[in-house]
Formats: sequence, structure tokens, C-alpha cells
Amino acid sequence: MLEVKDLHVTVEGSEILKGLNLTIGAGEVHAIMGPNGAGKSTLSAVIAGKDGYEVTAGSITFEGRDVLEMEIEERARVGLLLGFQYPVEIPGVKNIYLLKAALNAKREAEGLGEIPAPEFMKLIKEKIAFMKMDASFLQRAVNEGFSGGEKKRNEILQMLVLQPKLAMLDEIDSGLDIDALKVVAEGVNSLRAEDRSILLVTHYQRLLDYIVPDRVHVLVDGRIVKSGDAELARELEDRGYDWLLEGSAA
Amino acid sequence: MASQEMEQLVRREYKEGFVTDIESDTVPPGLDENTIAFISKKKGEPEWMLEWRLQAYHQWLKMTPPSWAHLDYPPIDYQAISYYSAPKRDEDKPQSLDEVDPKLLETYEKLGIPLHERAALAGVAVDAVFDSVSVTTTFKEKLHEAGVIFCSISEAIRDYPELVKQYLGSVVPQGDNYFTALNSAVFTDGSFVFVPEGVTCPMELSTYFRINAANTGQFERTLIVCESRAQVSYLEGCTAPQRDENQLHAAVVELVALEDASIKYSTVQNWYPGDEDGKGGIYNFVTKRGDCRGDRSHISWTQVETGSAITWKYPSCVLRGKDSVGEFYSVAVTNGRQQADTGTKMIHIGEGSRSTIVSKGISAGRSEQSYRGLVKVGPRAKGARNYTQCDSLLIGDTCGAHTFPYQEIGNSTATVEHEATTSKIGEDQLFYCQSRGISEEDAVNMIVNGFCKDVFQELPMEFAVEAEALLNVTLEGAVG
Repeated sequence: MLEVKDLHVTVEGSEILKGLNLTIGAGEVHAIMGPNGAGKSTLSAVIAGKDGYEVTAGSITFEGRDVLEMEIEERARVGLLLGFQYPVEIPGVKNIYLLKAALNAKREAEGLGEIPAPEFMKLIKEKIAFMKMDASFLQRAVNEGFSGGEKKRNEILQMLVLQPKLAMLDEIDSGLDIDALKVVAEGVNSLRAEDRSILLVTHYQRLLDYIVPDRVHVLVDGRIVKSGDAELARELEDRGYDWLLEGSAA
Repeated sequence: MASQEMEQLVRREYKEGFVTDIESDTVPPGLDENTIAFISKKKGEPEWMLEWRLQAYHQWLKMTPPSWAHLDYPPIDYQAISYYSAPKRDEDKPQSLDEVDPKLLETYEKLGIPLHERAALAGVAVDAVFDSVSVTTTFKEKLHEAGVIFCSISEAIRDYPELVKQYLGSVVPQGDNYFTALNSAVFTDGSFVFVPEGVTCPMELSTYFRINAANTGQFERTLIVCESRAQVSYLEGCTAPQRDENQLHAAVVELVALEDASIKYSTVQNWYPGDEDGKGGIYNFVTKRGDCRGDRSHISWTQVETGSAITWKYPSCVLRGKDSVGEFYSVAVTNGRQQADTGTKMIHIGEGSRSTIVSKGISAGRSEQSYRGLVKVGPRAKGARNYTQCDSLLIGDTCGAHTFPYQEIGNSTATVEHEATTSKIGEDQLFYCQSRGISEEDAVNMIVNGFCKDVFQELPMEFAVEAEALLNVTLEGAVG
């Protein structure tokens, strides 16, 4: 489904990703772990198309299409969706309005018409209840005055509504207390499906107790230095990253 | 409106025969006493009005244009402007509302609000200013029944001289500033609204202004008076076709609210802003002031300013009455080479008077925008309150936003709050929306409309829709 080959990315003149390879198959859950500054968030940002990241070599393909050739919104419409670590506030724009605009943009790209209002309301009510969010969230401005946990739930809510093919979640666990973490994890788990992949970017193993990945990759200094199954995450929890850092330096 | 009614109106203006001895319908460029006499005669005005105009003219001669605004434009040659033009023959005038102005209608169509539909469906009375002469007034009957006077200022001068004498210039004196003096000398048309004691105007009143003839200054004069416990909501909207030469516009609007009266004045201004280099846009020097003369009176200004090359405009409230309320809600958008210096003045004189200022400025392209606001609390205005919120949004990095708040507080019991923010339309906000599949243009519109929401919700419903559409049109291509 997603294929990243020998990806080199430069940010403001310094190389952050230095030949990263990653293949994610349909229905798989992958976790990218690694120490701070290893380039974890850079990877998901580049896939989503954020400005300021220069791809100097390598390729990203999604279902056979060259992702790097696509506009940001186009990537989202074909099913690449990024959940932000720090979702931005948009004053005056109702949450429900953003959701509807996003869903309709996707439907339009798929050749469907705008979603009828009753159908949309039914869908939203169901998803918001699942995320244990109050309906008042829909009428509030996007992320404005939301607590850290509320923002993260809101990101997952968007995923549930937009049903991406590849959900990329950047540090979705940061700043969450254990109850909020469980709700968020439940939301992510509910996204798991045969035709949907998930890419988790996380610093801590804790998240992976709740969302058990198929594959775990350790990103150090711009490269994946080790891959394994969920067991690898536990090993990292016990041993830290230092032993891998040394390995990479050697 | 029935074309018959229109015909009657048109005919009446000429039936009264005030211009039989004038050869041309357009005066040559230039301004002197003869020009003013020409206009006054053309309008069939009584002697006192001509004197009033000449008084203003003599003041104007001694004045110099203001230079304190953060605006940059070449000096205006006031002798190069023609101060009066009218459609030449009756046959050239629109015979029904459908004929009023196809371009005007087209613009509103584009904005999703067909004029005829609005007039008919929304029950809006339209006193359209075509060039400088009023040609159509609708719903007169209904207003007449309620006792509301809604007509052109020229008609009012002829038909209600006592009312005009009493109120004209009582809020904005002739010599208030350079442009009011000029306007007072040469104003050609505008609206007059009088709502008598205890009457709530049965419909929203609306006037469309349009600058039509090249090289013709447009000098509107509007006077709205609400007697005790009277209420009115007035809508003003403007468009202008493309022109190569700068057009001067210097309007004066005066509002008078007596005891417990309420006036809501809404404007959507969309005059031609000039081409990419700022050439050909309208110069808009407007003085709008409301006088809360009576206790508990209420005046509210709401404006959406998207047009003009130069905007110089500060709708203000003089809060004379005890517990009177003044409000100013503004969205100003500048793009391309537009320059706007706009804001408000809230003058607290009465005890317990309150005012609210919400200003949203959006700058894009290579435009320059300034908010200039004065909150003045006099010594007798015990317990006066003001809340000011002034936000600027920048799109791109070649535009400028400036804030000049002035506070003169002469009373220790006053409460004055001022909040101001300047933000750049976030790359982060754009990316967030786009990464949800929303196109960049839609994302900008969404963010900008969100930013302006506090003001839009003050607009009458149909105007709010129009304002959003207008904003989107104005900011087309502002990003990327």
C-alpha cells in the first residue's frame, strides 16, 4: 500500500532523513519509534506534504501513485490522513463545519455528491459518542480552547469520519492521561481493517500496550536501524535506545 | 416595482421643473460658486439650501486635506472633477427595477443575491442611486402607512424642508473636516429617513449606491432620524464598474437617535479597488457619525469594506444620552494595492453610556491597512464602559497591518478595555485544512470567514451571506 524508498529529506539545509525505507501492507499497523530528533515526525509530515521539507532523493508511492507529485489535499482525498501531534486552532470555524467540508471534499474526489445533512448528522453523532465526546464539541471552533486530550480525540474523530486508507498518527499519545489514552486507542483500534493501514509515530512504548502493532521500526539518525514485531517495542522499553544508537554509530 | 410607479417617480422629478434653464446635464470639470449654484438649481432647491452649500464651500476653501492617515496617494485635483452628471433624457433612464442596472444585478447574481429577488422576497425597499439621481423608490406605500419617510435627500429638501433644516449638519457640521465641507457644498444625492415617535420601521431599508460615470465625483448625503422609541435598520451596499481614472467619493452620513430610539446601519462596500497596480480604483473619503442624542438610545454600525483603492472612514458614535449605546463592528479586507485607514470614534458624554468596538482587518497582496480608533470619555460620563477588540490577519508577507488606538479618559469611573491581536494566516492552519482534503482556496475562505464571524453575525441575514461571498471573491488568488 505505502512504499517509501531510500528517502532523503532536508529541512532548512540539514538532512533529517538519510535513506529511509519502509513498506506498509494493507491492513497492517506499523509503529515508528525512536529517540527525539531522529526524524520520526518528519516522515509523516513529508508523506502528508507539509511545506519546508525538501525531498532530495528517494520516492514515496501509495497504491502505485507517486505521492510526492500530489497536492496536499489530493493526498488526503486518496486516503492518506495525518493526525497531528499539535492540532492547530482555527478560531470562528466550527468543528462540524470543518468535518463536513473535509468529508465532502473527499466524496467529491470519489465522484459522490455532498453528503445529505441527515445522513451526516447520524454519522457524526455515532462517531462522537464512540469517542466519548460531548456533542457541544461540534459547535465549538476547531481545537480552540480544547485541552490536549480533547484535541487528540478530535483528531481521531476526524479519522473515524473520513475513513482514510492510511492513518498516520503523530505522537497521538503525548499529553494524554491514561483514560484519554484508552479512548484514543479504542478509536484507533476501531479503524483497524483489512483494507486500512495505520502508521503510529511514538516515543513511548505505552501506546503500544493498547494498540498492538504488527511491525515496529526503530528510527535513529534518519534511518530505520531495526525492525521487528511488537516484542521489539517492549525490548526498547526495557533497554532504551542507547544500544541502538551505538549500533548506528558503529 | 411597477413600471408605472417608476415612471411617475421619474416624471415627478422633472415635472417639478427645476432645471428648465440649464442647457446641459453635466457640468464641466471644476468647482466654484457657479458649480454649486448649478447643482442647487438643478435640484430645485430653496434659497436657504444654496446658502448652506456656499457656506460650506467657503469653509472648504480655507481648509487643507488631512494628512495624518496612513495612506499614500497623489494629490487630488479638485478642479479636474465634474461635480454633477445625470442621465440625459428620461428615455435613457431605467423604466423598471429590472432595467435598473444590468451590471449591478450581475454582480449580485455572482454573489448569489439577485437584486430583484431580494427586493421582492425580502421585502426590502430600494432607493437605488443611478449615477447621481435617484430613479427608483419602492414600497413607499407601506412605509407611508407606517409614517416612515424614506426618500432621496433632494426630495426631502423640497418636501420636508423643516425636518432637513433641523437635522442636516447637526451631527456632522459642514466644516467638520475637509471632505465634509466639500460634500456639504456639492452633494448631489443620498437618502433621507425619518421614523416618527414610537414607530418601528416595518422593513429593512436598503439603498444601492453605484458610481457610474467616469471622472464624476460622487457625493452622497444621507440623513437618518429616529424619534423617541423609533427603530430602523438601514442597509447600504455598493459596487462600481471598472474605470481607468481615480474616482473620488466623499459621502457624509448622519444618524440621529432620540430617546430610546435605535438605528442599525449596515454597509457592504465593494467599490472598484483598482487594477493590480492600484490604478483606477475609487478614493473613498467618508464621514459617518451617529448621535445618540436621547437617553437609552442605540446606534450600531456594521461594515464590510472590501473595495476602493483608498478608504478613509471612521463611523462614529457620539453617546450624548444617559445609558446610550454605541457599537461598531467592522470587517475590512484589502488586497492588491489597496490602502485602508479605517476605524471608529466612540465619544462618551452621557452617564452610563456604553460602547463596543469589534474590528477585523484582513490584509493580503501588497495592501496596507490601519485600524484607527478613538475612545473618549468625558468628565460627566460616569460609569461609562468601552470594550474594544481589534484583530488583524495577514495573508502573505508583502502586506501591512497597523493599529492606532487612542484613548482619552476624563473620568475615573470609566471602564475601558482594549484587546488587539495580529496574526498571520497560519501556514499551519492552511496545512491542517489541506491535509483534511480541503483545497487551499476553500481553506483560506474558511479561515478568513471564521476570523470575521463576530462581525458577520451582526449583519442582517441576507447581507451576511453576501458578505461572505464578497470576501471570497475579494481574496481570490490571495494565497499561492
